Amino acid sequence: MAHSGIDVLTMGSNFWRLLGGLWITIRIALVASIIGILLGSLLGILRTLPNRPLRVVLRLYLEFFRIVPTVVLLFLFYYILPKQFNLNLPANQVATLVFALWVAAEMSDIVRGALQSVSTHQREAGQAIGLNYWQLQRYVLIPQAWPLCLPATVNLLTRVVKTTSLLMLISVMDVINIGQQIIEANNKTDPNGVFWIYGIIFLFYFLINYPLSRWAKHLTQHQLEATHL
Amino acid sequence: MKKLGKVITLLGALALLIGGLAGCGKSSSNSSGASDNQSTVAKIKKRGTLRVAVFGDLPPYGWVNKSGKRVGYDITLARRVAKDLSVKIKFVQVNANNRVDALNANKVDIVLANFTVTSERKQVVSFAKPYMKVSVGVVSPKRAPITKVSQLKGKNLIVTKGTTAENYFTAKQSSVNLLKFDSKTQQFNALKNSRGVALADDNSYLYAWVKNNPKYTVGIKGIGPKQYISPAVKKGNTSLLNWTNKEITKLTKAGFFKTDYQKQLKPYFGKEVKASDIIIN
Repeated sequence: MAHSGIDVLTMGSNFWRLLGGLWITIRIALVASIIGILLGSLLGILRTLPNRPLRVVLRLYLEFFRIVPTVVLLFLFYYILPKQFNLNLPANQVATLVFALWVAAEMSDIVRGALQSVSTHQREAGQAIGLNYWQLQRYVLIPQAWPLCLPATVNLLTRVVKTTSLLMLISVMDVINIGQQIIEANNKTDPNGVFWIYGIIFLFYFLINYPLSRWAKHLTQHQLEATHL
Repeated sequence: MKKLGKVITLLGALALLIGGLAGCGKSSSNSSGASDNQSTVAKIKKRGTLRVAVFGDLPPYGWVNKSGKRVGYDITLARRVAKDLSVKIKFVQVNANNRVDALNANKVDIVLANFTVTSERKQVVSFAKPYMKVSVGVVSPKRAPITKVSQLKGKNLIVTKGTTAENYFTAKQSSVNLLKFDSKTQQFNALKNSRGVALADDNSYLYAWVKNNPKYTVGIKGIGPKQYISPAVKKGNTSLLNWTNKEITKLTKAGFFKTDYQKQLKPYFGKEVKASDIIIN
């Protein structure tokens, strides 16, 4: 019986299960990104303050999350930290937490860079008309820094979506994990099913990330045009 | 130069941070004994759910069928154990590598995931009575079957790295030439391409494989020491360990594993295998 193995997708509730896994993936990436972007923006602003100890602490936070691989972070938060603090969160929440902290770290650097790249004239002009620190942030710096962070932020989001594929390590039933279940359940009868499952997973990731990267490109071009005016 | 100094300070601070975390890990794993045991029989009953670590991708032991239901030899046992504790069941899917961590981090109460008892593993988890046995088997083509170890002398035998089969032949049968591969797929392809006269692996895998490859036969069904598959609980959890031991004895007497074998394993193994090759009487 020679067939391509595409029936692996249509068999039983396999396709719906994959979609269910995709929903878990999207939900974790989305919630983590929202929390991470809010927290990261705040940390980014704090990092532009002239307070040295605060800057060092935030820098350590950033470097910790940037240097330590996500796999290690997930393992640490899911298996090792619960032993110390007796804090036993479900896998999905651990995943959201780790990703949110990671996004916050990366975001803080994007925001800091953007804020610092607003030209000194603007800052000095704001101070000259008597704006206080927060007014300066609110009316001068953030509005000008905002378009500068957008492309890098969108780029970060696509990385978050792709990195969710590591979540199977901590027993999260994401789209990759479900795909693995289906492949192994049919491996004996449909050895080619693996191509279809990974093919559809590729398509899922592509459908999420391609619009995002198009948007990032669009934003970058917009910005280039604006600065060249 | 100033910049370099900064980088070094930063790296030092990070190393301290990571070292500190790791240090905590060590000190607490020693102190974690019966005091913080969250998986005693009483606590499981109070919670109303038994959390079981299972495989999700290893047919016919623990896998998910096309309607999304967890099935398999281990899964049937898991459901029965929960039923006898009169609690609900919650499955936590694990890989071979994180079975021990899932127990030690209190993520699950018990592991029922084709967990082979070894002396290394005994130091980190507690194994209950076994419910299955496996040993190394040797598969060869039907037209040139290998039925005795002496036939392998000076010939190429295919194995996968890190398996019990590799360990056994390296230590005990040095006159056999071993051809080592990294994965199951590679080793079976090598046998099909006649790179060796036979292939050695856990006999339960081989039974399942010859069912789909009828030109081959498991000529040597068991060689070397028997290995046992057992439920595992967190080290020091005597409450659940004793309960599980009694449960396994009771289920063995009641013929539960025989039925489980007939339903879950037999369709995968084919006629060459008898229930008594796998289950424990």
